[in-house]
Amino acid sequence: MTILITFIVKAIGQGIAILFGATGEIITEKSGNLNLGIPGIMYMGGISGLMGAFFYELSTDNPSPLAGMIISLLCALAVSALGGLLYSFLTVSLRANQNVVGLAITTFGVGFGNFFGGSISKIAGGVGQISVATSASAYKATIPVLSNIPVIGKLLFGYGFLSYAAIVIAILAWYFLFRARRGLNLRAVGEDPAAADAAGINVTVYKYAATVSGCAIAGLGGLYYVMEYLGGTWSNDSFGDRGWLAVALVILALWNPLNAIWGSIAFGALYILYIYLPGLTRATQELVKVTPYVVTIVVLVLTSFRNKPEDQPPASLGLSYFRENR
Amino acid sequence: MNSEKKKIKAPAFHVEKREGISFRKACAIRATAVVLSLIVCAIVIVLITGQNPLEVYGGIIDGAVGTSRRFWVTVRETVILLLIAVGLVPVFRMKFWNIGAEGQILMGATASAALMIYIKDSIPNFLLILIIMIGGMVVGMLWAFIPAFFKANYNTNETLFTLMMNYIAMQIVNCLIVIWENPVGSNTVGIINGATKAGWFPSIFGNAYALNIIITLVATVCISVYMKMDKHGYEIDVVGAGTRTALYAGINVKKVICRTMMLSGALCGLAGSVIVSGASHTISTSTAGGRGFTAIIVAWMSKFNPIAMLAISAFLSFMQQGAIQIASQFGLNENASDIITGILLFFLIGCEFFINYRMERTDRGDTEDKAS
Repeated sequence: MTILITFIVKAIGQGIAILFGATGEIITEKSGNLNLGIPGIMYMGGISGLMGAFFYELSTDNPSPLAGMIISLLCALAVSALGGLLYSFLTVSLRANQNVVGLAITTFGVGFGNFFGGSISKIAGGVGQISVATSASAYKATIPVLSNIPVIGKLLFGYGFLSYAAIVIAILAWYFLFRARRGLNLRAVGEDPAAADAAGINVTVYKYAATVSGCAIAGLGGLYYVMEYLGGTWSNDSFGDRGWLAVALVILALWNPLNAIWGSIAFGALYILYIYLPGLTRATQELVKVTPYVVTIVVLVLTSFRNKPEDQPPASLGLSYFRENR
Repeated sequence: MNSEKKKIKAPAFHVEKREGISFRKACAIRATAVVLSLIVCAIVIVLITGQNPLEVYGGIIDGAVGTSRRFWVTVRETVILLLIAVGLVPVFRMKFWNIGAEGQILMGATASAALMIYIKDSIPNFLLILIIMIGGMVVGMLWAFIPAFFKANYNTNETLFTLMMNYIAMQIVNCLIVIWENPVGSNTVGIINGATKAGWFPSIFGNAYALNIIITLVATVCISVYMKMDKHGYEIDVVGAGTRTALYAGINVKKVICRTMMLSGALCGLAGSVIVSGASHTISTSTAGGRGFTAIIVAWMSKFNPIAMLAISAFLSFMQQGAIQIASQFGLNENASDIITGILLFFLIGCEFFINYRMERTDRGDTEDKAS
């Protein structure tokens, strides 16, 4: 029983970072932009939040957790939104190919994260291991009374505020996409930008807004990982392939943020399953780690078999829209 | 739609597609982009390190071509990148987004490593190298066939499918590393056949990388001829123009998709063999090292022109090797090269717009002209 609860708590802990990325990518993809830069954006969000908190804590003798939290949150949001702006500028305004730009942003973003993560202490004058424990404590703070209830407290109330934010944002994103007028417009842009344009929807504005806000949300995933999961430190490449798992989760969730919530927990569970399965050797452990990707491929293939219109990717996904090219 | 646009008020500038552009002008635009990107990189370097940017660029040149060894490493990296980019050309011409090159390279590399480990020096070296190359191609081909089959028959999204295949390949390599690890417990495979050099590409004319260069040149020429002269190349272009057109023309689209993707996978697998047998002599998850992704950018930016692909591969490898050097020289972390590469790519990608389009001042009195 205890091991099951630990497993679920750990799975949720793994899943939250992926959920942020997936929610952001769903909003982006619904506008017809396939942003393969999400893994890089998540690295950028994580490291810039960490750097913001780091320089803040370095500059004052008595750093307050709240101020550190706000600064790191703003830094992460700003830098990842800038990444989204760069992507939108290149693909929407300069009409470059989305896959190529996305991959370039991932190269850049992962390098950006590892570069600053690896050399930030040297830049600041050799202060040794970067640790922003004070700011991270604000992220790790759990709900005071409720988290002490046995079993349920740990399972439901034992997380920092970003974990709840991830779920709230996913629900809001669902509401926006499927219940709000502007969400309908956004989906129209993703399905058929020419028709949306003819209906008077400003395709460029929608694509920019969806991509920039999607990237800002995805960047929070990196911040969550650095602050709540790692507790305010950095180790190069430790974020690993979670960004690509977020892109995979979009498929598993069939472009619906509500599905992404349980999907992220399922992915988190599959991600750490190898620790809990008995009788695995080191070699077979590595094979078990493959399951999230295999599951994604199976879902991808099944949806193309069934060909149900509401489960398909947005029809213009990956294509740039030029009003003149028709 | 134009009338609706007019009501809002026409913007001060509008974009017009160019009919064509002279080669010289296109080169000038690209050169401007490179110069601008180098200036931005220099600013970034100064902000981070506080070093004189000219010194840093001197360090880059020194790192890339400063000594004979460094020069040949840069050449080695260039030809591998070129080989992968060449392998991607046919599928991209077909408008099939194979972003699984990374996985296909890894699987080819795995097959080569397996052959080196299990056959050892029991057969003559040239025979082993031949088997390694064929093995790498076959495994890369099979790895590419899986997404191609589903794309051809069920129209499964190939971008996402091939992307996922990369990580499956990576975990297979992780699993095999545990089995092959040497020394035990190191979690690395180490140099394979370090003593016997079985399966290593031999030096030709005293150059360790001659065979790498020859393989890449042969592949580049073959693919260029295949795309330009062969009926298959024509079919690929027609499928790329639209599957309906191709069906109407009596082309078996499914067959073309599978065949082309297998060709591409085979070349990526071959690149994996070249990396293992001709360069690293070991295998790890970073054997492909993002080259599969970089090659996509190379192939796409050069518009599949082999000379342009060589130039871009050489430029990127040059900057990357140089960045590794300045990283150690100025005590920075190696990932500086990714940041510099990223900035270069953003400018090169962005400048394509100015080659294809022209900004024109809108004559506000008479917007009707725009439609003509």
